[in-house]
This record gives sequence, C-alpha cells and structure tokens, in this order.
Amino acid sequence: MLNMNRRNVDYIARYNERSSYPLVDNKLKTKLVVAEYGVKTPKLLQVVHQQHEISHFREMAEDLAGFAIKPAKGSGGKGITVITGRDGEEYVKASGSRVDSSFLERHLTNILAGLYSLAGTPDVAIVENLVESAPSLAKYSHQGVPDIRIIVFQGYPVMAMLRLATTASDGKANLHQGAVGVGLDIGSGRGLNAVQFNRPITLHPDTGLALENIQIEAWDEMLEMASRCYEATGLGYMGVDLVVDANEGPLLLELNARPGLAIQMANGRGLLPRLRAIESLKRPHFTPLERSRFAMETFASS
Amino acid sequence: MTTRSRLPFYIAVFLLISAGISLAVWRHIELGIPWLTGEQRPVWMVEARIDFDAGDGSVLASLNIPEQPPGFRILTEQAASPGYGFSIIDSSGSRRAEWSKREVSGPQTLYFKAQFIPDPNAQSEIPARKPKTPNTFWEEPEATAVQEILEQAKARSSTPESMTRELIRLMQPDTRTQNTTLLVSEDNYLNLLVDMLNHSGIAARIADGLRLEDARRRQQLMPYLQIYNGERWLTFNPKTAEQGVPDDLLLWRQGSASLLDVVGGENSEVSFSMLRQTVPALQLATMESASNGLGFLSFYELPIEEQSMFRMLLLLPLGALMVAFMRIVIGIRTSGTFMPVLIAVAFVQTTLIPGLIAFLSVVSIGLLMRGYLSSLNLLLVSRISALIILVIFITAGLSIIGYQMGFNTGMTVTFFPMVIIAWTIERMSILWEEEGAHEVMVQGAGSLFVAICAYLLMSAPLASHLTFNFPELHLVILGLILLMGQYTGYKLSELRRFTPMKAYD
Repeated sequence: MLNMNRRNVDYIARYNERSSYPLVDNKLKTKLVVAEYGVKTPKLLQVVHQQHEISHFREMAEDLAGFAIKPAKGSGGKGITVITGRDGEEYVKASGSRVDSSFLERHLTNILAGLYSLAGTPDVAIVENLVESAPSLAKYSHQGVPDIRIIVFQGYPVMAMLRLATTASDGKANLHQGAVGVGLDIGSGRGLNAVQFNRPITLHPDTGLALENIQIEAWDEMLEMASRCYEATGLGYMGVDLVVDANEGPLLLELNARPGLAIQMANGRGLLPRLRAIESLKRPHFTPLERSRFAMETFASS
Repeated sequence: MTTRSRLPFYIAVFLLISAGISLAVWRHIELGIPWLTGEQRPVWMVEARIDFDAGDGSVLASLNIPEQPPGFRILTEQAASPGYGFSIIDSSGSRRAEWSKREVSGPQTLYFKAQFIPDPNAQSEIPARKPKTPNTFWEEPEATAVQEILEQAKARSSTPESMTRELIRLMQPDTRTQNTTLLVSEDNYLNLLVDMLNHSGIAARIADGLRLEDARRRQQLMPYLQIYNGERWLTFNPKTAEQGVPDDLLLWRQGSASLLDVVGGENSEVSFSMLRQTVPALQLATMESASNGLGFLSFYELPIEEQSMFRMLLLLPLGALMVAFMRIVIGIRTSGTFMPVLIAVAFVQTTLIPGLIAFLSVVSIGLLMRGYLSSLNLLLVSRISALIILVIFITAGLSIIGYQMGFNTGMTVTFFPMVIIAWTIERMSILWEEEGAHEVMVQGAGSLFVAICAYLLMSAPLASHLTFNFPELHLVILGLILLMGQYTGYKLSELRRFTPMKAYD
C-alpha cells in the first residue's frame, strides 16, 4: 500500500517539478497546454477575468442550455456549478434546484475573489460546455457525471477507477464525501471491485445497479490520452480525470498533482508494487501509445 | 532522484542534533546552567570588617581583596561604609578596596562583602614574569646555620616542591637541631622560611588564607607559604608541609605587600565573618555569565521584557514539533496547519480550562454570526474583515460579562490571536457548508487535541527551562522535524483507514 507520507516524499516531491504545479492547479492553463498535445477537453465558452466582465456572462449564457462554471484554481471540485438546463428565466442546477442569474453572478464574484482557490488568491472563472455523459456510464451514477481517475506515473497509466456520485456525496464525485469508487482493470477497462466510505459494496446504493459488470468503452484510447498528459505537463506522478462525453468521446476534465490514495481501496490493491515496477524499468518507452500498451499488458488483472 | 542524495541529508541532520546536544552539554559544564529547575548551589558569603580609630582629618583605608583565589570564583563584591567614598583598585598583581573620607573622627567600621562559589577548576593566574628571589644577608653564626640547613634539605630533595617540604620538616620542633634552634624564634618562623627559600633560589612568599566554616564570626587570616616552582605558585601549610589548598581554605591575600593600610587612623584591625548560603543554580549561572564573557551566548543579558518574550517564542518550536508529529506520524487532521500551535500559545497564557472555555465560546458565537454573514454574500476580504471585528466584539463582550460576573478568567480571552480565530471561524464555516458538520467536528476536535497536547508540552516547567536556558536544543528539534519530513511510513490513522484492504490479501 502506498501511504500518505511515502506518496508525498518519495513520489510527489521527487517526480513532480514545483514549476509544473501551476499547469495543473489552474484549469485554464491545463486546457491550453494539453490541447497542444492533442488531448481534448470540454469546449471553453468564456473566461471571466474581471468583475466587470460578469455582465457579459448573462449575454453569453442567454442561449445556452447547459454549462459548467468552474474556478480555474479550485480543488476537489469546490466551487463548480453545473447548469443542466433552463426553466424560463431561471437556471436548473444539476441537483434539480433552480437558481436565478443573480445567484450565478454572485457565484462568479466569489470565484474571482478567490473563495475557492487553493491559497485564497484571486482567481478567474471559466465557463465550459456541459459534458453529457455517455448513457452507458451515466446510468450508474446518481446525478453528476461519472468520471474516471487514472494515476499516471512517469507517463505510464498504473491504476484507474471510476467515480460515481451518490446521494450521500451530494452529486459530487469525491470518494471521501461518499461517492462510489469502482476499481478498473488497466488491461481491459472492466470494473473490478467497488467501495463506498472505504467499505466494499456490490450494488450502487442509489441506482441499485450491480457494479461488477461495468465496462468502459474506448479504454485504450483513454489510457493513451492519460499518458499523453505526461508529455504536456512533465509531472511524474499525477492523477488524470477523464469523462466520456456522449458526443465527443473521452475528454480531460482536470489534472491533479496530488492524487488521493483512495484509488487503492477501490482497486483492492496497493499502488506501490506497480510504481516500483515502473521505477525499475531499464528502458522506458518513449511514446504514449507504447507506454499505455505496456501498462495494459503489465498491469492487467488475471 | 535516487537514494544517494539522502546521505548528506542524514549527515546534516546528525550534525545538527549532535551540535545541539554537545553545545548544551558544554554550556552546562562551562557555565554551570543546570539541566533541571530548582537546583541549588552553595555560595560562601565572606564579610571583612575593618575597625580603626580615626584621628581628626582625612582617612584613606585600603584593604587587600582576593583576585583569583584558587578553588573559588568571585560572584559578587560590595562594600558597606556610610559616608565613605569607595572604589576597587586593580594594580600590578594586587586588588585593593579603598575607602576615603575627608573629615573623620572617632571609631570607624567599614565592611567589605564578597560571595565566593566553590569551583575546583578555578586557578590563580599564572604570573607573567618569573618572580625575583631577594638574597638575605645573615650575620655569623646564622649564615652558617642557614647554609647548613639548606644544604641538608637540598641533599634530600630534587625539586622546589620537595626542597620546600624537606626544609619545613627540618625546621619543625621535633626535628630541630642546634642550627635551627639558633635561627627559629616564636614569631619569625614563617618569615625565616621565606627568606631561606628565597636565599636558596626558590621564590617564596607568604599568603593569607581564611578557613571557611559556616556562621563563624571574628575570624583571622592564617598565614600560608607559597613557593614558585617555575610555572605557578604552590601553596604549603607551613607547619605540616602539606601541599595544596584545602577545599575549605580561601586564600584572601596572595602576593600583595600588606593586608590593610590605614592612613589617618590607628588601632586598625581586620576580622572576617562568613556564612554558607544556597543560591538557585540558574541564578548563579545567570549572574556569572554576565561577568565571564560568555554571556553573549545566552539571553540573560537582554532586557527583562525581551527575555520574557523570548521565553514565549522559544516554546513555539516545541509546538511545531508536536504538530509535525501529530500530523505526520499520528495523522490527526487539523484545521489550518499551525493554528493549534497559536491556540496552544494562548493556552499557556490563559491556562487550560479557562482558555478552552473562552476559545470554544468565541468560536461557536463566531460561527453563529458567520452564518448570517454568509447569507449576505459578501466578498471574501470584507467578510474576513467583518469577522475580525466581530471576533473582537465577542472577546470584549465575554471579558466584560465575565468580569461583571466575577470571573477574572473571562479577561484571558484577549490572549487569543484575533486574526487566527477569525480565519478559523471562516474555515470551519466553509467546511460546514461543504463537507458537513461531521468534518467540522473531526477537524475541530483534531485541532483542539493537538493544541492541548502542544500546550501540555509547552507548559511543562522543564520545557520552558530547557528551551530558554539551552536555546541550542532547538537545533535538535529542527533535526527531528527535518527527519520527520523524510518519514515515509504509515500514519497511525492510515492503519485504520487501510484495514478493509486486508480483505483482498
């Protein structure tokens, strides 16, 4: 098992350049940099830098059905507001509650003031196209978009899990808030094992669907996408969060330079042996494709 | 990148820790700073009393005082003598206390007090030049007698020390021969001994010593023989030929011509009284450090106000160590990294229970008010600013209410850092909204637990004693914190977190 102290000292501090952190801590920068490496992200609709730009937001949002407002430097999903539709003048949030445009403007103001940013520093707000989850996965999740977390170590995808929101997690995909984590087989993209609150489960607590038979489509494409982020950021140890959009296929949501350890619980196995295996490679592979192929062969379960 | 780069780090940490410990040990030995609080050391208070009758006119009294008595260190010196001008004069190998007054008549009494610390390592200063050995001219038949005795002693000895011992033995009544009987009379014994030694080329002199016994009054100095062996002055008991200075012998006068000179008075005499006192070892070290030049290594010379501030500041590393330990090794979640330390510092000033009550009431009232603020949708900066002002109102209110109700402890709220409390409330409130009350409880309880642990550590009398008197021990703390920064093992809390994983093995 990889523990918190070893992750911080032996992996994050050793393999992650401090200078690369802004790339992943700022979603806007992430979007721009990975685009150069052919990694798709949700379409950027608007960036709000200044307080006075908020007034343009209303014009822009006028004819949009769904969008997501995110603080560029937010962490752990804080400050993300997802609007799924309109109801007259009001906006419908992902949770189903209705808010008016002044609520959204206040939210933007809060983001700019740095309420959700890591160190409380002033921030920018980005407005993105709404991700429509592929129905094959969406049915497993209570609200929210299920996302896939892949740990990429020196460009090799070493472990993956699917995160499903629940009522307990209030539509958020954070495991420590009660979301369900489903470990995924690196070799095939099939579900292995599921946990909620660190306890193994077999059925989704809200939808009641069996979690064993999950199969992620276009798995090898996603792995290659994830390992391509290594070239984009240079971070040796990171978490890559992907979603599968119904129309556009796999999209990168965000990168994380300090990915959590709960993925081990979801997979029911420790990260450490896999990290060691990569560290002991004498000749690393150079292209993302080679690396993801290697990982699929090496880390496949059974 | 590799394990190779860790070695210099461990060496550096080892150096830090060993430097800290060895500096502390050195200061303990050299300055006598005690490891524990409340250690006591004996100190001899010796008082010289000078009596004389002044004949109308001006008076100048000058008393020889010890400079570097072997086996003792001088702690304090003071004179008590109404109406006299007083100064200590350091001149060529002898220190003298001088009293002076223009118009004096009648019997006079002057006092000189000094405190001496027994210190087996204290040595007299080594003379820079070789002392002279004045030849004495004896008439016959004394000259022959002296010659014979000296030759007899020389034949049985090899060094100045053994020569002196032999000479003393030869001059004793039970071994006296015709020669010695001729020379020695009742009152010239010691002077004769000195003259003979000088004559034989060994520099010799008379020193006066004081035998220290608790609560003795009206003591007189006792003469001792000192010879120069080419390096230093050695002390002999002129009767027993015993070499060295006994532990309870304080050499008051060494190498000075006279003990007391009084100009303008008569019937002068000196007597000594002494008292054994005990002084806290720390106070002793403090008083000494100022005088021996090593004081700059410690905080004792700072103004008292700064000293008490440093006393507080130097406790902070202990709190930081506790937080590092709790977070890295135990894995307790706290809200704000070092908030617990600052709370613990406040606890040190308020004491635990009143501090705890005050802190909890300020934070909970603050959280209630924050609830209203959050419905106002203010910008972050102004919300925090408003919160700071509210926190000040709350503390002021609690102090006034507490005071009116007769609890002085209510006043202690003011020791809490307002800005920190405001931020704590803000964080807790956001945590409450985002993660729920459970997480607030976990982090709040964790913070308080760590703060209480840090408080218990910091409020231990030994802790404040060691951190203040041995500031170099902070190097050890630094080393430990650096080491913890390299700890890659499981946190205690992770053992519980990962327990379900056992199912898969």
